[in-house]
Amino acid sequence: MNKAISSAAATPKDYKSSNKPVWCPGCGDFSVLSAITKALAHMKLEPENVAVVSGIGCSSRIPAYLNTYGFHGLHGRALPLATGLKVARPDLTVLVAGGDGDGFSIGGNHFLHACRRNIDLTYIVMDNQVYGMTKGQASPTTAPDWARSKLTPHGTGINPFYPLVIALGAGANFIARVSSHDPNGTARTLVEAIRHPGFSFVHVLSPCITYQPEQREWKKLVRPAPVEATSDASQAARRLMTDDNLYIGVLYHGNRRTYHPQFETTAVDPSQLEDGFLV
Amino acid sequence: MQINPVIPAEKTSTPSASFSIALIGSGGSGVMTAGSLLLDAAGHAGWYAYMTRSSGPQIRGGEAAAMIRISNTPVESHDDRFDLLIAIDWRNADRFAAEIPLDGNSLIVADPEGGVIPQLIKNMGARYSDLPMKALAKDIAGGRPNMVALGAVTALIELPEKSLLGVVGKVLQKKGEAAITASTDAVRSGINACADFPSCGLLEPVVTLPARRWSITGNEAVGMGALRGGVRFVAAYPITPATEVLEWLAPALDKVGGVLVQAEDELSSVNQIIGASFGGVPSLTATSGPGLALMMESIGLAVAAEVPIVVVNVMRGGPSTGIPTKSEQTDLNIALYGLHGDAPHLVVAPTSVADCMFVTQWAVQLAEALQTPAIVLSDQLLGQTRAVLDRPADLALLERRNVATRIESEYERYAVTASSISPMAIPGTAGGQYTAGGLEHNESGTPSSQADDHRIQLDKRHHKLHGFNYGDHWADIAGAGEIAVITWGSSCGPVREALAQRRGGGRDIRVIAMRLLSPEQPEKLKAALQGINRVLVVEQSHSGQFYRYLRAHYDLPGETRAFYRPGPLPIRPREVHEKLAEWDQL
Repeated sequence: MNKAISSAAATPKDYKSSNKPVWCPGCGDFSVLSAITKALAHMKLEPENVAVVSGIGCSSRIPAYLNTYGFHGLHGRALPLATGLKVARPDLTVLVAGGDGDGFSIGGNHFLHACRRNIDLTYIVMDNQVYGMTKGQASPTTAPDWARSKLTPHGTGINPFYPLVIALGAGANFIARVSSHDPNGTARTLVEAIRHPGFSFVHVLSPCITYQPEQREWKKLVRPAPVEATSDASQAARRLMTDDNLYIGVLYHGNRRTYHPQFETTAVDPSQLEDGFLV
Repeated sequence: MQINPVIPAEKTSTPSASFSIALIGSGGSGVMTAGSLLLDAAGHAGWYAYMTRSSGPQIRGGEAAAMIRISNTPVESHDDRFDLLIAIDWRNADRFAAEIPLDGNSLIVADPEGGVIPQLIKNMGARYSDLPMKALAKDIAGGRPNMVALGAVTALIELPEKSLLGVVGKVLQKKGEAAITASTDAVRSGINACADFPSCGLLEPVVTLPARRWSITGNEAVGMGALRGGVRFVAAYPITPATEVLEWLAPALDKVGGVLVQAEDELSSVNQIIGASFGGVPSLTATSGPGLALMMESIGLAVAAEVPIVVVNVMRGGPSTGIPTKSEQTDLNIALYGLHGDAPHLVVAPTSVADCMFVTQWAVQLAEALQTPAIVLSDQLLGQTRAVLDRPADLALLERRNVATRIESEYERYAVTASSISPMAIPGTAGGQYTAGGLEHNESGTPSSQADDHRIQLDKRHHKLHGFNYGDHWADIAGAGEIAVITWGSSCGPVREALAQRRGGGRDIRVIAMRLLSPEQPEKLKAALQGINRVLVVEQSHSGQFYRYLRAHYDLPGETRAFYRPGPLPIRPREVHEKLAEWDQL
């Protein structure tokens, strides 16, 4: 489960743990797990120098399936957990993974501020527009007329949340959408996201075939965005505001100021501060 | 400038061990500055000192009071009464009346321009003198009434003039020579104006000057204790009355090679410190009741994942928003019992301003050694009191985190060991990869809902805390006799004061000031209560949280009584004294 590997010979398999995923057959998250291992192998990152942090939900199980360090935290709190880890250990590559309920509902405030803070993290949200682990309730990205949940039998009647628009507005430095039906494309985008400085947000269309079976159609509907990635936020905003949620690709890569507090290298012993208390 | 003839001036002649002064005035009148200068000057002159501050709902523009006690011996509490009240003006002063008890021996010095003395204060029967502080200040270019007031205090308590002027000069250095001259003149004008006042110089003069003392608040002491304990990452969300812990730490961490991040809320701050500590860096946050309530779920995560963190909770009046600027010891229940599931963790409490430093350092090192969260229960009274005291020693505690450095075979993060503490692999350590989390797990860290795994891990988390030797630090115990007072937090100060007064009368009493509240230490308390047949429990709460905690976990010998009442007024030594006297009469 925790074998050390030589980075020269890294293969995706070296990044997998011995734990078998508990996801339903056909879940899009299998492909995301595979894409993460491909990206890490491609970058030849040593598993012990990578940490994957998650919250709660089906997709948040992902750290246990990887041979990196992992933290399966609280529902909605993956981003602050990862923020503390990355600030304390800037040498690590820190990925954050989770679902739409975890990231946009209970963790919504942290999503805003993680984008704004723009720390060098890569946030992978596997969006299936449903709470799967609790057996099918509407999430912030669910359509308002989706009436198959016992909790909202007439649909939520609430407009969905547009995470990419929010991410751009809140200050994320890299915004992409990928589809789980294309693990190689997802892996390529993840490599780009990890390499891009600051907060990278990767929105994954990852179907829940159990509660949202019509999402099987996504693989037929998604298409590459017909434009090159832009670093102009206003141009990205116009595109994202008219986006139909099915364009794939890097949609924004900015050069916004990143936040990386520095640990002073010429540190003094705390006893040196005692003079400040003398009357 | 005449003593009010209605109330006869009667001078007490015996020097007293301490002297208490209240300075009041509307916000912006400079009473807080004057109070700080007086505190430092007293420290320079060789006295110990203690200052609390009180301000209205708005810090600027509201009314304000600085309450100071000066003594030849260390001060941990206010006295039952004030010797001197100086009022630059009386605006809204009745709000403070209950905090400033005066009697026939007290002296009020007030500016006649400052309005009419409030009836509540007048009723206390103190002697009274006019001092036109505003008018005197007006005669001096750049003079301010608060400096005239300081001059008056200097004269009345026979504080060496050079101590005060030295401090004034140091503080005003940046403002230039003119500002120093103006303040010096104003101080002297205050001194001269009091020439014909009855002296209040009741303090025994300091004979030999001690080593330079410290001026520190409990909140600053918490910060220093955190650094001594090794904290190098702090996540912060501001909240009264804990903010100064974080504000002191921000620049201090820069100097010692640490980092502070301001978080978006308390959910974020506590999870940030869990993440940083998972990364191997000792981490802390500070908050108050409402913030602690938000953090509880995450503290439980740190229990389950065995990640050391320290959460300092500076208690204020509750519930809900409560009384943010005033002290109460009412977060004991949530700190002890607020986590869901069976979640053993550390709860410790400082017993004085100085002890804030030791207890925080101890908490950091215990949390690190035991790989568990520690809640430090300070309170507003300890946190925001500024005291002049002897340097709190650095006890160089030995507890450290057990880190897995060389991993040769299959690593098991939650392996059961003799101490139940498992070596912790830190990210970057090859072969140590594991996933931490809140799910119950087996010894290797793999999620498990098996009955055996659950029991094994519950036992492990319980045993590592209950089997640990906490040494003598679990309580501060002093005195002998057949009566014991058990108390904690900011109640310790007035209890110690009351017992010191009683000892003067020949009746000794044992005081047990508890620091370690969780895990409970019934065997240790039992030993500390040898020979005791009466126990008085003292705390500041409405429901007797501490008393009920003691009843639940400890055997208390003989007859037990409890004295508890809510904030916002601090417990006074007299209240403890009266409780014991009542008992004596039975």
